[in-house]
Formats: sequence, C-alpha cells, structure tokens
Amino acid sequence: MTLSMLTPAFTVGRNEERCIRCGVCVNQCINEVHHLDEDGFMWVTDKNCVGCHRCAVLCPTQALAITEFPLAFRPNNYWSSASLREIYAQAETGGVLLTGMGNPRPYRSYFDHLLLNASQVTNPSIDPLREPMELTTYLGNQAAMLGEREKPLLKLEVPVMFSAMSYGAVSLNVQKSLARAAREMATFWNTGEGGLHSDLKEYADSTIVQVASGRFGVTPDYLNNAAAVEIKIGQGAKPGIGGHLPAEKVSADVAKTRMIPAWSDAISPAPHHDIYSIEDLAQLIETLKVATNYQKPVSVKVAAVHNISAIASGMVRAGADIVAIDGFRGATGAAPMRIRDNIGIPIEMAIAQVDQRLRDEGIRQSVSLVAAGGIRNSADVVKILALGADAVYIGTAALIALGCHLCQTCFTGRCNWGIATTDRQLSKRLNPEIGAIRAINLLKAWEHEIKEMMGGMGINAVDSLRGNRLMLKGIGLEQHELELLGVTAAGD
Amino acid sequence: MLKLEGDIRIPSGCAIAAVMNRSAERFDGHTIIASIATMHKRSNGLGGGFAAYGIYPEYRDYYALHVFYDDDGARQMCERYLQHHFRIKDREPVPVRRTRKITDAPLIWRYFAVPREDRLYREQLGEEDFVARVMMTINSDLRGAFVASSGKDMAAFKGVGYPEDIGEFFRLEEYQAYLWTAHGRFPTNTPGWWGGAHPFTLLNWSVVHNGEISSYSTNRRYLEMYGYKISLQTDTEVIAYAFDFLMRQQGLSLEDTIDVIAAPFWSNLEQEKQAHLRRKYAGLLLNGPFSIIVATNNGLMAVNDRIKLRPLVAATRDEFLYVASEESAIRAVAPVLDRVWSPGGGEPIIGLLYNKKGLLEASPVGLQTDAQSA
Repeated sequence: MTLSMLTPAFTVGRNEERCIRCGVCVNQCINEVHHLDEDGFMWVTDKNCVGCHRCAVLCPTQALAITEFPLAFRPNNYWSSASLREIYAQAETGGVLLTGMGNPRPYRSYFDHLLLNASQVTNPSIDPLREPMELTTYLGNQAAMLGEREKPLLKLEVPVMFSAMSYGAVSLNVQKSLARAAREMATFWNTGEGGLHSDLKEYADSTIVQVASGRFGVTPDYLNNAAAVEIKIGQGAKPGIGGHLPAEKVSADVAKTRMIPAWSDAISPAPHHDIYSIEDLAQLIETLKVATNYQKPVSVKVAAVHNISAIASGMVRAGADIVAIDGFRGATGAAPMRIRDNIGIPIEMAIAQVDQRLRDEGIRQSVSLVAAGGIRNSADVVKILALGADAVYIGTAALIALGCHLCQTCFTGRCNWGIATTDRQLSKRLNPEIGAIRAINLLKAWEHEIKEMMGGMGINAVDSLRGNRLMLKGIGLEQHELELLGVTAAGD
Repeated sequence: MLKLEGDIRIPSGCAIAAVMNRSAERFDGHTIIASIATMHKRSNGLGGGFAAYGIYPEYRDYYALHVFYDDDGARQMCERYLQHHFRIKDREPVPVRRTRKITDAPLIWRYFAVPREDRLYREQLGEEDFVARVMMTINSDLRGAFVASSGKDMAAFKGVGYPEDIGEFFRLEEYQAYLWTAHGRFPTNTPGWWGGAHPFTLLNWSVVHNGEISSYSTNRRYLEMYGYKISLQTDTEVIAYAFDFLMRQQGLSLEDTIDVIAAPFWSNLEQEKQAHLRRKYAGLLLNGPFSIIVATNNGLMAVNDRIKLRPLVAATRDEFLYVASEESAIRAVAPVLDRVWSPGGGEPIIGLLYNKKGLLEASPVGLQTDAQSA
C-alpha cells in the first residue's frame, strides 16, 4: 500500500495534569483513538478521530480538548482544504465519497433571512400563560363538505413529528426513544423503510409506517399497525438515488424486521419498480388505502427538486392525503457526498411554491403539507408554517437531542453515541427511557417557544399561522427571492 | 407619496353601532348619527360611514349601485362598463350637502340596475355571482372608480371624516330605513380614502368592524383560492367575503358560520360537527381582536373575537335592537332599555326581522366544492 496523503481532520489534546488514566476514553471510542499502554502512558491516534466528542463529554476530569488538526494549506479561495482531501481520498480508493447527515455547505438559508412579526398597540399580543393557545393540527384530506364523512386524519397536539429513520440506519433504542416521545406528546414518529420491530407495535397509534422502494418488512400487519402509511419516493439528502444499508449493519434482528437474510446488503432501488409514472403512484396509493380499509391517511414523501410544485400537484391528484417534502438540508444515514451536497432546493422555497400552486389549482384543501429537511429550532417551525406548511418533520434535531454531535460518519455503523449503529454494545449507550425524556423535553421547549411567538403575533390558534405570510418579512433577499417566497422586505 | 388603501395594508381601530326595528318600521338617520357621534373619540376623522336597509322600496327589485369616481373620465369609463353588463333603469348623482367639514369628496353616483339577460346567459353565472364579480372587477381593475355598495333596497354612505359629519354630508335625515349600522374609523397610517371607509359591502352584505385581525394573510389567501379578489387589503373586506363565502357559497347557517370565524377552543367543542367545521374552514378562523356587525336586508349579527379583545354591548327596547362599541352610544339614543348585556367572546347577537328566519333566507344558495371533488 502506498503512502496515504490524508492528514487527520482533528487532533485530540490531553491535559496531562488533569488526566487520571481512568481509561473511560479508551473504552468509549469505537474508533480506537485512545490507547493506554502497559506502562500507564496514554496515546492518541488523531487520524481515527471523527470529532464525535464522546470521549470529551464523558471524561470525568475534562482533560480532553478536540480541535481541528492545525495543518494549513496555502490559502486558496478556490481549492479549499476539503477539496484537496476529498481528491486524496478518491485517488486512494477509487470510490464514491460517502457521508452522513445533512448538506453542510454554506448555501443561503432562507430561514435566516426571514423575520417574524409581533403586535404593538393596534392589536394586543396574547400571553400564552394566561390565555389558551392552540397548536392542535389535523393532517389529511379535508375536502369533505359538512355533512359528508370526513376522510381519515392525523391529530397532532404539536405540529412537529419525527422524521423517518429506519431500524438499521439507527438503533432500536433511537426508535424506542422517539416512539415514546411521540406518544407522550401526541404526535407521530416514522418507522422509515426498515420495517416495524415487534417491540414497537404498542406505539401503533403514534406510528407512521413507511413503504419505500425496498419494501422491507411490508405486510398487511405492518400497514395496519400504524396511524398512517407513508410512501417514500425520495429523501432530501439523496434525491434520485436509492439506499444501501451495508451488510455489516444488517444484524439478525434488523434482518428479521426487514424480512431479508442477515448480514446481507439491504438495497433500496432508486425508483420504486412499480412506480415509473404518476398514474402508477395513484395505484400504489389506492392499493395501500384498500389494504388499510380506507382507515388511514396515505402520505407521500418526496425530495424538494426543481419542479416540485408540479410534482406535488400530481401527487395530490393521485390521491395523496399528505405530501411530505424533504428539503436539500435533509439528513441521511448514508449518501454519496456529491449527491447530498449538490441536489435539490431549499425547503423554504419548496413549501412557498407548492402551497401557492395547490391554492392556485384549488386543491390545497385536499392535502396537508409536511415540511422536512433542516428544521433546526422553533423559529424555523413558525416560519415554515407561515410560508404554508401544516406541520414539520424533524430528524437531525431529534438525533441531536439524543446525543448526536453531527460528526457525519453514520454510514460506518460505528456510532459512539449508540444512535447510527446496530452494534449491540454501542446501542446500549442510548437508554431509551432517557432518550424519550430528552426528545419530550425538546418538543416541550419548542411548543413553549412557538406559543410565545404566536402570542406575540396576536394569534391564539395555529390555524391562523398557517400560510400567514404577512407575519414574515425578508431581510437581505433579492426582489425575485421575496416574490418566490411570497413575502415583502423588512421595512416595506 | 402616501400610498392609498389597496396598495398597502392598513390596520385601524374604531367605533361601531347599529339600530334596528324588528318590525321593519322605518325611521330616519338622526338616531344612528346621534349614537355613533357619542363615540367621537373612538375615531380620528379619517373615516366614517353608514349602511341603511329599506331605503329604496320603490326600487326593491333593482341592484342599487353606489359608485365613487375620481373624475368624470372615470365615470364615463365605468358607465360604459356597467351598461355592457346591466340594464340601468335610473341613474343620478347621490344628493349631498356641501359642508366645510367634508372636503375632497369624489363624484358620487347611484344606479338602479339589473343584469342583462344575455350577459348572464353568456357568463353562465347565477345573478348574484355575476353582480359580485362585476363589482369586484370594477374595484380592482377600473382606475378611479369604486363601488361603495351594490345590494337591493340598501346602500352604504361613507367617506373621509367623522361619522356624524359624513351623515350630515349625505343628508341621512332624509332617508327612512329599518336597519342602520354605523362606523367611526381610527386608521393608523393613512390619509384616509373614501373607498376605504366602512361599511364594506358586497351585494346585500355590509360589514362594520372594529379591530385588527392577525389572521389576515391566512384568511385572504384562503378566500383567494375561491376566486375572491382582495383589492382593499383591509380586514373588513376579508370579513365580508368570509361571510359571503361561508353562507352564500357554502350554504352554512349563521350559527355554523360563527363557529368558523370565532371557533370555540378545541377543549370547549361540544359537537363533532363543530370540529368538522373548524378543521375544514381553519383558514377562515378570524384571529385577533375584532367586533363586527354584519347586516343584510333580513337583519344583523354582531359578534366578538373568541377571547373578546374588543368591546361590544347590546340592548333591546320594545321592537328595537341596539348594538354598539360602548353602552353610552346606546343610552344616548335610548335612555330607557328593557335589557342591556355584553356578549362573551364568540357569542353572537342575532337580530332578525320578525318575519325572517335567517340573514340570507331570500337568497338562492349556491354550493361550491373544491375543484378536485367537482
């Protein structure tokens, strides 16, 4: 093997005065960064460090500091150090660059260029501690006239759901944490495409089960052990390509849940091979409705791509009760880096355009819009609802609540936090009781913040926030961007 | 240059009042002027107006179109447009009294007209939809022309000034009506515009409104889905269209309509029907402070927002029903009352003529469904 030109990304600094040689860092790091030799000396192997902070967080004496490896390339505004390192890696391996989590590139975030309104004098703000403040949200087709029977709906007490993350991509304890949190907070979690583990059947009323191109674990029992069914067409982190759960993550338990042989690659094809067009989608939607006796709404999830409005319109006309759109910041357990970083459009633009298009076509009442991909905090939630979404999915934010430090190496299966792994020992590091409490805390905190912001606007029901674009002002945006978002500039 | 209403959104505070005789006995405009004048300080001279029902019995079967014109050119253009769509029986300038308090009045004309049969046939619209659409087109597309009201046997009289001065200007003491509503306006960032004063009307509907709805953009975008052209950017316009949509187009009862616009909290919902209404018409929940009086030829309905962030008082005396922002405005014209009360949030006051069962019963009800199910 020739010399690797890759230098470490991080360096682990150890404060020798503080270190007590307890060995916690050694035991905690699956990547074998730390080593305690027989003579009691601590050694570090910087190149193995992914920057997940597990050792630093657990170090009882705060002896560890993790910093970027201080190796400067000659300054170059075009060839960044990352560009060089990526080429070194490809020159060594001849492979596609793999990565995890969402697009980290410095593209414009429209969330950060939108400001919210508040009442002053002419209209009283409402104090959510004194007055009722309603976040109750229903998702589904609401075209039924009064007196007709309503279509099946999902009822959420907070308009935030947990995104699809499959068992296999994440550990069972992640799903247990989110399922419990969803039930406690009267919202929903999503199985992802990896089937439903038998331990999670008790959460059926809080579960959205996914049907993706691999059809893993899809049985009549699976479809009926849920509040809703979601067809996954695409994912924000990797529009247009399928999925690949490497054999090493397909443990016996994962294999059983997915109904595939253990320790074999689980491949999800790029398209559904029974959906090559919109009329095929209509058939699958109808099939799933029949299979669930028309008792459950059917959602269709797509990545936000260039002509998303026309796609969304087609999906509604094909019978989707919920359209979930995953923006280009949406995360993944594994995706080719070039795909993740260069495909799709921002969720803010996608929702603004789709909401308006469905209104223009007179079919907005027939569907609910769920926004996913890059929702970081409660202000992002409020902004995307004001742009026209009915609810959001959060994935990355939920995982961060459980301990994820965004090291972006989920695809290795060696997650020191017990999140993106199926290793039995690593998985134990996430206690689902504690995970559930942390996820519940996050939703409660956001719920409080959303209510405060709504109260400030003089709004006491989320119904009146949805699509209320007058509550948004753009800052630092071009005229055309403002028009696409359907907002005016701050000061206008 | 200051922008006019329609170019920007203008929130405003206000006073509202109504007086009605439930036996449909008519009385002149003195009473309503005295009532609204009591609340002089609730307005700022930038808008006042009245709606009067029962004033044109001799033209009962004709739409009474009251139109403001910036100049004679606008009048000629609009009349050409009107003649294209209507058979006009009579036309004349609305009689006014020139006073020092009211300046910069537009040209104000009225027309008594019915839609031309051939146009109705060609456009495949019901008569009311046709009239509504023509009026909305004039207001949004014909520069310098504005339709102040377009109902039958009713009219809106409004302009820039304190309401009592507007009443004097329009010589309201010369009209006899069984139902009067009034409005004094306190807009917050405009020089005032005649078209922007209340009442806001569509067909027989008139709305006077006090408040600023924080759900404006949600409500507006909802109504735009169903073809409403929002030209004024005022809350009141949106409220009037919401009533038109829910009651005339969707065929809801008044009670159901109120369960939409001032929906009970989920925790207080008693019937599954209310939940369905709330879900289906979530985009028409009026959020934020308001008190409104909605009137038609059959009577009136007054209601507050669901947490009562604006004042509203009602009273009765014999055949009369009074509604106002403040009790003083009622006592000023009826010192002795049978009953005075302040309704709770979302709790409507409904006053109908004795021989009427609903605000809209005489009107044909057209149902409109979503495009998809149609």
